[in-house]
Amino acid sequence: MNAKKMDHLATGIIYFLVGVVILLLVAILSYILFNGVPDISWKFLTSAAQSFSAGGGIRDQLFNSLYLLLLTIIVSLPIGLGAGIYLAEYSTDNWFTDLIRTSVEVLSSLPSVVVGLFGYLVFVIKLNLGFSILSGAIALTFFNLPLLTRNIEESLRSVPNLQREAGMSLGLSHWKTTTKIVLPAALPGILTGLILSAGRIFGEAAALIYTAGQSAPTVDYTNWNIFSATSFLNPMRPAETLAVHIWKVNTESVTPDAKLISSASSAVLIIVILIFNLGARYLGNKLYKKITATK
Amino acid sequence: MKKKTIISLVLGFAALMLILTGCGNGSSSKESSTTSKSSSSELSGKITAVGSTALQPLVEKAASNFQKKNSKVNITVQGGGSGTGLSQVQDKSVTIGNSDIFAEEKQGIDSKKLTDHKVAVVGMAPVVNKDANVKNLTMDQVKQIFTGKITNWKEVGGKDEKITVVNRAKGSGTRATFEAAVLKGAEAVKSQEQDSNGTVQKIVESTPGAVSYLAFSYMNDKIQPISIDNVKPTDANVETDKWKIWSYEHMYTNGTAKGATAKFLEYMNSADVQKTLVKDMGYISIQNMKVQKDSKGTVSSK
Amino acid sequence: MDNIQKKLQTKSKATFQDYFGKGICYLCIGMIILLVTCILYFIASKGIATFTKDKVNVFDFLTKTNWNPGATDSHGRPDVGALPMIVTSFSVTLLAAVLATPFALGVAIFMSEFSSKGGSKILQPVIELLVGIPSVVYGFIGLSVVVPFIRGIFGGTGFGILSGTLVLFVMILPTITSLSVDSLRAVPMYYREASLALGATRWQTIYKVILRAAIPGLLTAIIFGMARAFGEALAVQMVIGNAALMPTSLVSPASTLTSKLTTDIGNTVMGTLPNNALWSLALILLLMSLFLNLLVKFIGKRGRF
Repeated sequence: MNAKKMDHLATGIIYFLVGVVILLLVAILSYILFNGVPDISWKFLTSAAQSFSAGGGIRDQLFNSLYLLLLTIIVSLPIGLGAGIYLAEYSTDNWFTDLIRTSVEVLSSLPSVVVGLFGYLVFVIKLNLGFSILSGAIALTFFNLPLLTRNIEESLRSVPNLQREAGMSLGLSHWKTTTKIVLPAALPGILTGLILSAGRIFGEAAALIYTAGQSAPTVDYTNWNIFSATSFLNPMRPAETLAVHIWKVNTESVTPDAKLISSASSAVLIIVILIFNLGARYLGNKLYKKITATK
Repeated sequence: MKKKTIISLVLGFAALMLILTGCGNGSSSKESSTTSKSSSSELSGKITAVGSTALQPLVEKAASNFQKKNSKVNITVQGGGSGTGLSQVQDKSVTIGNSDIFAEEKQGIDSKKLTDHKVAVVGMAPVVNKDANVKNLTMDQVKQIFTGKITNWKEVGGKDEKITVVNRAKGSGTRATFEAAVLKGAEAVKSQEQDSNGTVQKIVESTPGAVSYLAFSYMNDKIQPISIDNVKPTDANVETDKWKIWSYEHMYTNGTAKGATAKFLEYMNSADVQKTLVKDMGYISIQNMKVQKDSKGTVSSK
Repeated sequence: MDNIQKKLQTKSKATFQDYFGKGICYLCIGMIILLVTCILYFIASKGIATFTKDKVNVFDFLTKTNWNPGATDSHGRPDVGALPMIVTSFSVTLLAAVLATPFALGVAIFMSEFSSKGGSKILQPVIELLVGIPSVVYGFIGLSVVVPFIRGIFGGTGFGILSGTLVLFVMILPTITSLSVDSLRAVPMYYREASLALGATRWQTIYKVILRAAIPGLLTAIIFGMARAFGEALAVQMVIGNAALMPTSLVSPASTLTSKLTTDIGNTVMGTLPNNALWSLALILLLMSLFLNLLVKFIGKRGRF
């Protein structure tokens, strides 16, 4: 009987905790959305930002956020995948593995501003990349790698050993088994990692101020030449992201409608992240079904 | 097979980049290329201005106007703080270092190497939360509040409410200006410190009994600016030095500015910028000043 | 005979594939190690300069409570006592983790063990949404909601460790939750089946079997949460008061290592003592998070069966 009571009690407590969290989530999200959504307009999304007069939009910032996300994923996902595969499939339980794991975890606790300054001194100045999306993407890799690596490792590990044994017994190499069987099966977990780190990219400000910069020069959206300075695709141009813009507007801006811009931008950011999350999940699931042949 | 090729391709690319940039490192020219063809009238070059976040919007806007006329000039304007601006221009990593503070006042900066270009004047005033019910203070009272001698608003004729001092970040231009004009060497009480005008504005607005100081452009009707010795914090009073708390916005170059940089700095001081942009930003035009201040804080008439 | 011997002695295609795969993995690990070493070296070399170049006593740095790098004390030594920031950083991080862990675990258990697929399908994206909200936005919500709330209940200014903890709690909740969900889901189904078949209740299964099997993963989740709390600056800076004072209570203004670092670094000149002292703070931060990390791992090892 006691165990049953305990079960009920614990269930109650868990429901209570979940309830509190849901309440909190709803409160925060509605706070941001209610403050911001009424001010979002097509014009706001498609016009350029103003330095100190009212009526500025966030066109460039929004694009920069997405572009930076793409570049960062291109830089960090392969490294994260490789490292995750190593830790999950090849590593043995020794001090070296422990060392890697610990150092990667410690990496994630570095304050953004330290990574930002490191990025500034090393990538922007020493390597002569300048204030650019590329510098920003490399700096963000520092935050991303820990979460990504650990998430990929965990999801690879959660794939039942049976699958590996099956692959090996068919005469496939360990590597083939990993990439063809285990990796596809672990896709949903890897997606979680990717989405979490994408969120971090969208929301990061301090590190980008020193690397991708906090000004958005006018770019030409019809110029597809990736090497041209005015091209929107040029990874070597400075780029202010939405989160940096929100930070700038809130801290030093004298724009009369700063409050409006910041709340509307926050709402836009949330909506974009939501779309990205759902989209990534949808595509991921489709891909998952296709390559693992589950129904 | 496809996935593998993609992975290896990307990896190869990343490695290649790492190597390339690594090699580039040794020969990276630290010279900021501000070359201009002396024969042709068209300017070209690359200008990077880094530093003061307060000055950034003004320079950014001016730069984009400047580039409209000189399309070959590429100007990048970034923040990072006055300290960053000064140390980077000293190292020649950037062309222009924006600063809220005289290079002479910054420890670790060799001001002899740098050339000062004053582009605007900024006035600052103490602000309090409206709840405190204080509108005017004497200079001495302000000093005592910020040194922690006066701790309740009723001591200066306000409401019976504890004073919460919100100071600015140590080493920031705003704080240096305020301390030079008000504290005159006395040490400020240890208190909250905030870096940006926007945050200070919001904290003073929402915290009962809070006091801090802000640049004129960040005043709004939700906070109470304080008159000192019955002098109101207005642009006109700054221009004649009747209002004591003000400072310059500087743009430093390493050595004498040349080519496009010189032209751009010239443009910053032209009527185009000074009459419109500077005013829009809430700064005071350098040309309207009837007095001047040197790095030691001595004021003389112009 | 020869043919078979040859076939046995030459390496198969699969072996080469494995070499290739291993090579790629080692390359990735190598890159990570390179990155980590670079940044560690960078921070260490800058952070140690305070002690080597500016001749600050390490012991003083860690135990003195007066932080004023621009000035010198009565003995002509610079005032760089980082203890207030160290204490505050530790307390904020630990409090936030202690507060967030039960909630995160509750939600994670709910999502992996209780709910029908629908519940977690909605909950998960929403929780992940929280990660992407910029710190500044959290800071301002904290400033306009949490600080007045604390002020109303506890008096004072409302700025302090408590406000910082509450804001961080929300910020690290999604990280801990989603990582925990993953590690709970990674516990094989047959564990649950076996336990339930033995007649254990759902809670007994969760508590005695699943949670224990997932301990390493859960600990990493908490570590990542704490790491985020440790490194967070912009949001904390706005609600904690950012005063380099020894915290006297949970509602007195204080300053964490990161908030001090972020506020001041743009205003200092590279290579001078005030700047070096800030890098020393970063170094301490690094060492502290390393310490916490090892501590949690140690506890995890003790707790495993």
